[in-house]
Parts: sequence; C-alpha cells; structure tokens
Amino acid sequence: MKRGDGTLKRILGFAAPYRAALILVLVFSVLSVAATLYVPILTGDAIDFILGPGSVDFPRIVPILIQLLATIAVGSVSQYLLGLCTNRLSYGVARDIRLRAMDKLEVVPLKTIDTHSHGDLLSRVITDVNQVSEGLLMGFTQLFSGVITIFGTLGFMYSVDARIATVVVVVTPLSLLVANFIARRTFSMFKLQSATRGELTALVEEMVGNQKVVKAFGHERANEDDFDKVNERLRSQSLRATFFSSITNPSTRFVNGVVYALVCLFGALMALDGGLSVGALSCFLSYANQYTKPFNEISGVVAELQSAMASARRVFEVIDFEEQTPDAADAAVLRAVQGDVEIQNVDFSYRADAPLIENLNLRARPGQRVAIVGPTGCGKTTIINLLMRFYDVRSGEIRVDGHPIMGVTRDSLRGSYGMVLQETWLKSGTIRENIAYGRPEASEEEIIAAAREAHAHSFIMRLPDGYDTVISEDGGNISQGQRQLLCIARVMLTHPPMLILDEATSSIDTRTEQRIQRAFAQLMTGRTSFIVAHRLSTIREADQILVMRAGHIIEQGKHEELLAKGGFYAELYNSQFATEEEI
Amino acid sequence: MKKLLVYLKDYKVESIVGPLFKLLEACFELIVPLLVAEVINTAIPAGDAAAVRRTALIMVLLGVLGLVCSITAQYFAAKAAVGFGAAVRAALFRHVNTLSHAEMDRLGSSGLITRLTADVDQAQAGVNLVLRLLLRSPFVVLGSIIMAFIISPKLTVIFLVATPLIGLVIYLVISRSLRLYKRIQEGIDHLSLLTRENLSGARVIRAFSRQREEAGRFAGTADTLVRLQTFAGRISAALNPATMVIVNLAVVLIIWFGGKSVDAGEVGQGDVVALVNYLTQILIALVALANLIVNFTRGTASAARIQEVLEVQPTVKDGAESGPAPVKGAPRVAFENVCFAYGGAAENVLSDVSLQAGAGETIGVIGGTGAGKSALVNLIPRFYDATAGRVLIDGVDVREYPLDKLRARIGVVPQQAVLFRGTIRENMRWGRADATDEEIWRALAIAQAKDFVEEREGGLDAMIEQGGRNLSGGQRQRLTIARALVRGPQILILDDSASALDFATDARLRAAIRRETGGMTVFIVSQRASTIRRADKIVVLDDGRVAGVGRHDELFETCPVYREICLSQLSESEVKGA
Repeated sequence: MKRGDGTLKRILGFAAPYRAALILVLVFSVLSVAATLYVPILTGDAIDFILGPGSVDFPRIVPILIQLLATIAVGSVSQYLLGLCTNRLSYGVARDIRLRAMDKLEVVPLKTIDTHSHGDLLSRVITDVNQVSEGLLMGFTQLFSGVITIFGTLGFMYSVDARIATVVVVVTPLSLLVANFIARRTFSMFKLQSATRGELTALVEEMVGNQKVVKAFGHERANEDDFDKVNERLRSQSLRATFFSSITNPSTRFVNGVVYALVCLFGALMALDGGLSVGALSCFLSYANQYTKPFNEISGVVAELQSAMASARRVFEVIDFEEQTPDAADAAVLRAVQGDVEIQNVDFSYRADAPLIENLNLRARPGQRVAIVGPTGCGKTTIINLLMRFYDVRSGEIRVDGHPIMGVTRDSLRGSYGMVLQETWLKSGTIRENIAYGRPEASEEEIIAAAREAHAHSFIMRLPDGYDTVISEDGGNISQGQRQLLCIARVMLTHPPMLILDEATSSIDTRTEQRIQRAFAQLMTGRTSFIVAHRLSTIREADQILVMRAGHIIEQGKHEELLAKGGFYAELYNSQFATEEEI
Repeated sequence: MKKLLVYLKDYKVESIVGPLFKLLEACFELIVPLLVAEVINTAIPAGDAAAVRRTALIMVLLGVLGLVCSITAQYFAAKAAVGFGAAVRAALFRHVNTLSHAEMDRLGSSGLITRLTADVDQAQAGVNLVLRLLLRSPFVVLGSIIMAFIISPKLTVIFLVATPLIGLVIYLVISRSLRLYKRIQEGIDHLSLLTRENLSGARVIRAFSRQREEAGRFAGTADTLVRLQTFAGRISAALNPATMVIVNLAVVLIIWFGGKSVDAGEVGQGDVVALVNYLTQILIALVALANLIVNFTRGTASAARIQEVLEVQPTVKDGAESGPAPVKGAPRVAFENVCFAYGGAAENVLSDVSLQAGAGETIGVIGGTGAGKSALVNLIPRFYDATAGRVLIDGVDVREYPLDKLRARIGVVPQQAVLFRGTIRENMRWGRADATDEEIWRALAIAQAKDFVEEREGGLDAMIEQGGRNLSGGQRQRLTIARALVRGPQILILDDSASALDFATDARLRAAIRRETGGMTVFIVSQRASTIRRADKIVVLDDGRVAGVGRHDELFETCPVYREICLSQLSESEVKGA
C-alpha cells in the first residue's frame, strides 16, 4: 500500500500542470450533483401545491417552476463543463506520461531494450497509459461525484425527514452486500473461464497459425478433437460465469425495489398522520431510486482504480529505467576519421556470471576489411555491439584514430560508422524518407545518387509510386533483398568513414544478391570495414578473419594462414565440400 | 448476423423464453408507479393504513416475481448465447481446416485467429445482450407511454414529444462519436506502431543518432491523438446534460399542465407523481438501449467478419474415395506443361513446366526468390492446384487421389521450422501417429538431430515450448526434417529448409539423406548452389520457367542463369568441384 501511495503522488505530480482543470472538475461535480439532487425537492414542493380539483395554487407553483428551470440550467451546464475538464485532465496527463516514457526509452542503454520483451514495453506505453487515463482519472471523477451524491442525498433526505432517511440508509447497503457476494463467488468462475479461453487461444494460434504444416501432415482431425474438448469446457465454464455474474443486476434491482416499497410504506403511513407531505413522499421515492446507483457504481469504479494503479506502476517502472551514462562533459567529437580501429585487451559479457569475450585484441588499419565468421549464435554480433558502443566493454579499450571511444561522444562515434544489419529495419514512411534517414536534409539528387550506388534505383522506379512508395509495416510490398538494398542506400548517403556489415544468410534471390554484393563492394572501397560474413568470397578477400565459437575468438588471421593452420576455420571451410566427396 | 443465427437452432426454446421472461419482469416494474399513484390518490386522503400496507406488500411481491423472472431470463439468455458461441467457434475451426493454402494466404492466419477468438466472443456477447435487452428497452418505453395514456391522454402529448427528442439526441451523439472513436483507435494504433518501431529499430536509430527526432515524431502523433480525443469528448460529454434538460423540461410541463388537469378534476395528485416516474423510466430505458446498440454494432461487425470466412470455399477439393491404381513404369513424380498462378493474380508464377523425377532420385531446385521454386514443390502435395497442365504421381493425376492418402506418401519440410507444444516424441509422431521410438531415433539420426536430443533432459520426452522457443533455429530445422522422415515418405520435399544450419551440418545432413533413404525421391529447394550441386537432376527456374534441367557440370556449361548463380556464390575451383 505504501508503494501505491507513492504512485498516486506521482500521478498527482503529472496532473500538476492541469491544476486548473482538476479544481474545476471538483467544483463542477459539486454543482452538477447538487442540481441533480435539488430537482426532486422542487418537484415535490410543486406537487404539494397540486392538491386536488379546484385547489391547485398556480401563483405559488410558478416561482418553483422558475427555480426548477434555473436548477436545470445550472446542472446541465456544469455537467457539460465537468465532462470537458475531465477530458482535458485525463488525456493531457496520459500524453505527458506517455511522452516521458518514450523519451526515457530513447536514452536507456540498449541492454534494457534487448532484455525486455518488446510486446511488454509496448503494452506499458500504450495500453497501461490508456488505463491510467481512463481508469484512474475518469474513475477518480466518477468516484468523487459518486461520494458526494451519496452524502448529498443523505443530507437532503435528513433535512426533509430523518425517519425515512434512516430507513433508506439502513436497507440500501444490502444491495452492496449482494453485489459483493456475487462478485466474490463469480471471481473464481471468471478466472477459470479466462484460463480456458487462454488455452483455446493458444491452441488456435498454434494450429491455425501453422495450418500449412497441419495440412502437410494430415493432422486436421486430431486438432478438431482437441479443439472440441477445450471448446466444450469453455462453454460450460462461460455459462456459469456469464449466468452468475448476470444475477447481480436483477438482485440489486430487487433490493432497490424493497427500499422503494419501504419508503412508500413508511412515507404513506406518515402522510396519513399528516407528518409528511405528498410532495416530500414523491421526493423520497425518487431519492430511493437514485441513492443505490452510486453505491453500485462505486464498487465497479474501485476495481477499475485498482487495476489503473497497477498500470500506473508498470508505466512508472519504464520511466524509472536507468539511463545510459551520459557522454562526458569533455567528450571529444570525432572528426575526419581515418578509420584506424584498435581493440586492446577487451573483456565483455552480457551477464557477469557468463564470461563471453576475453582478452580480445585487434588492429584494423584504415581501409582494411575484417571478416567475423563462425557458426550461428556464436556471438558475432557482440563485436558490432561493442564497436558501436551499444554495449560498453567491461575492461580493456577500443580506440578510433587513437581516441578511446569511451571519451568521445556517442553521436560522433556512431556517425563514423555506416551500419547495415541483417535485420533490415526500415521505418514506416516513404522510400525517400528512409534513404534520407541519416541525413534528412539531403537533396533529391543526392538521394537518387545514393540509391543508384546501392543498385536500388531501378527497382524503386518500378514501384507504383517510385520514391514516394510507402513501406508498409509488414514490408509486404518489397522483398527482403530490396529492403537490404534500401538499408545500403541509407548508409551510402551518409558517406561514413567506417563500415559495419552483417551479411544475410539466405532468402535473397540471386539477382538481388548479386546487386547487394556489388553494392557492398562499392561501399567498402577505401573504408575500414567489419563484416559478419557468411559468403566465402567475402571471407577470402578479407584482410583479417576473426573466427568465433561460443563467444570466444578462437582463431585470427588471413585466409591462407588459417587454412594452413588446419584448425576450426579449416574444418569449417572444408566441410562444405569434403563431406560430399567422402560419399 | 442473420446468417449466423442458424447456430442458435439448438437453443430455440431458450432464445424465445428468455426475452419473454424479461418482458414479464418489465411489466411488473411498469405497475409500480401506478400503485404509488393509487396510494397518494385514495389511501392517503382516506386515511386507509391497511391499504397502504397492502400496496407495499404487493410491491415487494412484484419485486420477488420480477427477480425470479429476470434470473430465469438471464439463465436462458446465457445458455443460448454461450452455446451459440461454442457452435460458431467449432464450425469456424472445422471450416478453416478445409481451406487450402490459397485461401489461407488470402485470409492470413492472424486474421483467422482473431475471428476464432475475439470475434466469436464479441458475437456471443452481442447475442446475450440482444436476448436480454433488445426487446425490453423498447417495451418499457412503449409501456410507459401506454400507462401515461391510461392516466391522462392529454398529458401523454408531452411524452410523445419528449421521447423522440431524447431518442434523437442519443442517436446524434452516439453515431457521431462512434465514427470519431474509430479515428481515435487509428491514432492509438499509430502510436503503437511508432513505439514498436522505436523498440525494434533501437540500433539503427542510435546508429544515426536520431533519438531526438523519433521522440519528436512520437510527441506529434500523441498530440494529434489528444486533439482527436478532446474533440470526440466534446460531443459525447453533451449526451447526459442534453437528455437531462429534455427530461426535466418535460417534468416542468407535466407539473404545469398536470396541475391544470388536477385543478379541473381530470386526474389526481398521485397521477402527476406517477407521470414523472414514467418519464424517468423512459430515459433510463433509452440510455440502456443506446449502450445496447453500441455493443450490438460491435457484435454484428464481428459476426460479419466470421460469416465472410465461413463463405470462403476451399479451392482444393478431395479426389476420389479410393485412389486409382498406379500406372506401371511411370516416373514417381512428373510435371506436364504445368502453369500456376496464385489466386486471382494475372501473372503466372510457373509457366509451362515439364519435369520427371524417378524413384530414388534427388532433384535440386534452384532460382531466385519469385522464380517459383516453392510453388513448384507445393503442387506435389496439392497445397495448391495447378491452373493448367497436370502433376502426376506414379502416372496418376494428384487430383484423383484422396487428399489424406496423397499426403501420407509425402514428407514436407517447410521453410519455416514449425514445431508444436509437447514432447519431442509427440512432435515426431506428427509424421506418423504409430511410429516407434526406434523409428524416431533413426529419423533423428539422419536429420543430424540425434546428438542434441540425447543431450536434452528426458530425451524424446523433453518438452518443446510453443513455436519451439526453447530450441535454436538450427535445432528446430533438424527436428522438422526428422519429423518428415518419420513418415517414411516416398517423396521428401525440403523447401529451403537447411538455411539455419552451418555448412558442415548442412553437408552431413545431405550425405545422410543420400545414404539412408534409398528409393525415396527427394526434392531440395535452395538458394545455395553448394546445397544442390550434387543432385541427380538440377532444375533451374527463372521467372517461373525452366531455364535448364541437368547435372551440375552440364548446366554450368549450357545454362547461363545457372552459371550466373554459381559464380556469385562459389569460387572458380569450387565450381569445378575441386
């Protein structure tokens, strides 16, 4: 609970800029509730002057009706303004929280992004913030007006007649008890239902998602049997949950009905003695109708508030993520980089208890090509992470042109490299925007020139909208290979002095593949390049080869040297052909 | 929604009785204000305490009856709705199972999953709501007006004006905000897209130092969303105040004109109170109706999406009951002038492909993406049907075999290495339900998967998580190959299915397949020249046409497309087979 208090305080902190809206919300709630409650009193007063044939006191009814009209006007206007202020508060706060979370995600170390599930982070930034805005802020206004409605009604009732008011106060909580009782009973049913629903969804996702495999192995009938079993279980559990929860409404309505009957009974009996006017009775009857409503609503609102608090906590966790260490105040800015990269005694591991790279040494002179090879999952990309300072070394030092990279700004270090990853990330937007991503101010001619150099121009021109073609989120409109060409063009445009390339393993058609190779070759000319290599031709032509296995660099040298050495590299290289020769 | 209603057929009684009980309950509720009026009009002026007690008792009794009726109604509604949901879900799942790849491509599996889960739930909730409330709300409105008419036909005019006005306001606000909410949802989707992009592209964004711009882009979209939300909020915030104004103005009119009627002796004081009560009931019923309509539109939209899928007819239909006898001396697999285009596409993926593969032969299929390699092998198990020409197995058109018999002879290893939740043994038995452990181990050995399966705790009993998350890409691929081998197929299709294997494993795998599977016709689709170099026959596809068929050496001399592919991947000496 203590943590919850902290959360609330932080939300209020976010609400501080909307102080005016918050205060107005409170003021307008009070006004609109007061007006709503005053209407039955005025109506009752008026009815007291409508006694019977020939005894209707119109001169006294008129001022009451005028008051009534005024009350309606005040009530409806404040209700409308209440709605506007609530929106301003809740949407504004939601946006501010969201922006803060996003800003944070741009400055956390990459490790944070790599180690958290993206789906989870996404739902925190989107769904949870919505929940805070809707559940917490709107719930708060509902709760507030609910509470003042209850107290207001009590006040009005006691001011009219304490005895009947007491009847209402004593009986009404019954409906709360009933609702609570049913909710507790149905909670486990709903839990069961949602567990089974999850089971069914998992089954559907697995089998429909892989329908082609299911078909290939003729597994349809077996799946249908499994499905039917879960479906039937879901049906009976849903029936219980749906039915028992739907009893709540009739039950609370029944309690309401009883309260109504009691008010009618006691009220009428008192009216018989002349202790209560008919108007007051009618006023009580309508209160009896209204009074239970906020009670029933509040229990729902409280549940909403609780889940919204949990959401808020989840968002604040993102906002509280530790930031990467900022660039030192005296950090140098790399300029006119030659491309002399020196890695000295570097140790690195993602987890402290699992050493990965130990005592790595490497010198890449300007213009040299370094190929990194090894089986899948051996940690080749770790080198990229270190060179780009996506991760920082544990010990040792990496220097570019003699500057230790810990002492230069991240922006200038990263700007010195052109990076093309196997994972071809493009942002949603046009092809032009994507090519110009690294240099948004580039001219049209420069963009086209970069695309030409990357051998991407011709396919772009064949697309319906050319450079204005919008890349859809799933990339359905361009192939994987074409995406890679666009990534190369994106780097071409920035003329980086050094390169980091991650060759694709497969799934690129041969023509595009040739283009990519030519584009890579063009890119590498005269630039220090680090290549995570899969193609033998690339490897053979490298000035240095790093052979990695299980996170360790086990061999290092030129192609011929490594072959002559007869080690892991030689085995890797020969295996492709040797095994077949043995058959 | 209408067409789906057949799935309510097992719940006819429930779907009729439920709403009837609901109406009964509404009737009881409609009587209460009349009782109150009676008390005020006669019992109080007459000082009749017994009548008051009697009336209060009747009210409680009506409440009990209402409670019983409405619980009965809820039960029948829930039973019918839940049964409806289960029936629709089962029918839809079976229908999806009959669809062939062509339909699956068009509908998309994620769309189908949503239909089967969220959409069915939504439609089910819609049915439940309709059975409970659709009749009730209009009934209460109508009933209140009739009651008013019984009390005073003259004063009913106020009802007849106020009710449509309230209805109109509700309609205007709801219809407008529904449209706006769709746009708000789009705004939220856009924010999600940007967030996802920023997470998946974190490396590239930082490589280009564009964090600040990305945050700015996000802020811009968030601002747009707030503007939309505020605009929509302005409209929906008007609903309550506007209806409140109308109802209370009507109350003012009832007091004024009711006062006149009382003065003239036409109605009693209690009747005025009753009229005010009926007015409130109408308002509550109309608001409930509005909520109902909003939810109901969601339900119908879901129902329409479900119906759309149910109406899709599978293009691949089962062949004859018993397969025709094989033609003696025919090749195992033959393509005769086959053309193929994906559903509705104008351009052929395969054009005039002819090809023969004998028993025991290994056929390598190579070519660029979009050249039609996968399409070619997908025609053999009839994942798709040729648009022209014939595909024959043992001299018989594949379309003449019963589908299950046909597919039982073929082992397919798809591009995506898909495994299912369950033990390794269960996954292997997808290949053949009655495979023994011995057979499974043998298949694992050929697929180069024996070692790592042995190393896993539990061996064949080791659990595979959904999607095979707890295995590496290479391990998954080897298991999918083993699964196809367990089937003991006459035809094995490897559709670019060794891409995640390193060179050495890939080579050992191919060697083992050659060694261990005599008599099996193997199709290997690949982008790597080295993978298919040793095949008995290499088929080179270029833009859907056969650019050449033959052995590596022949093709390298005669087929320019093949030479181009080889030279881009292999060195001179490798090409020569050194």
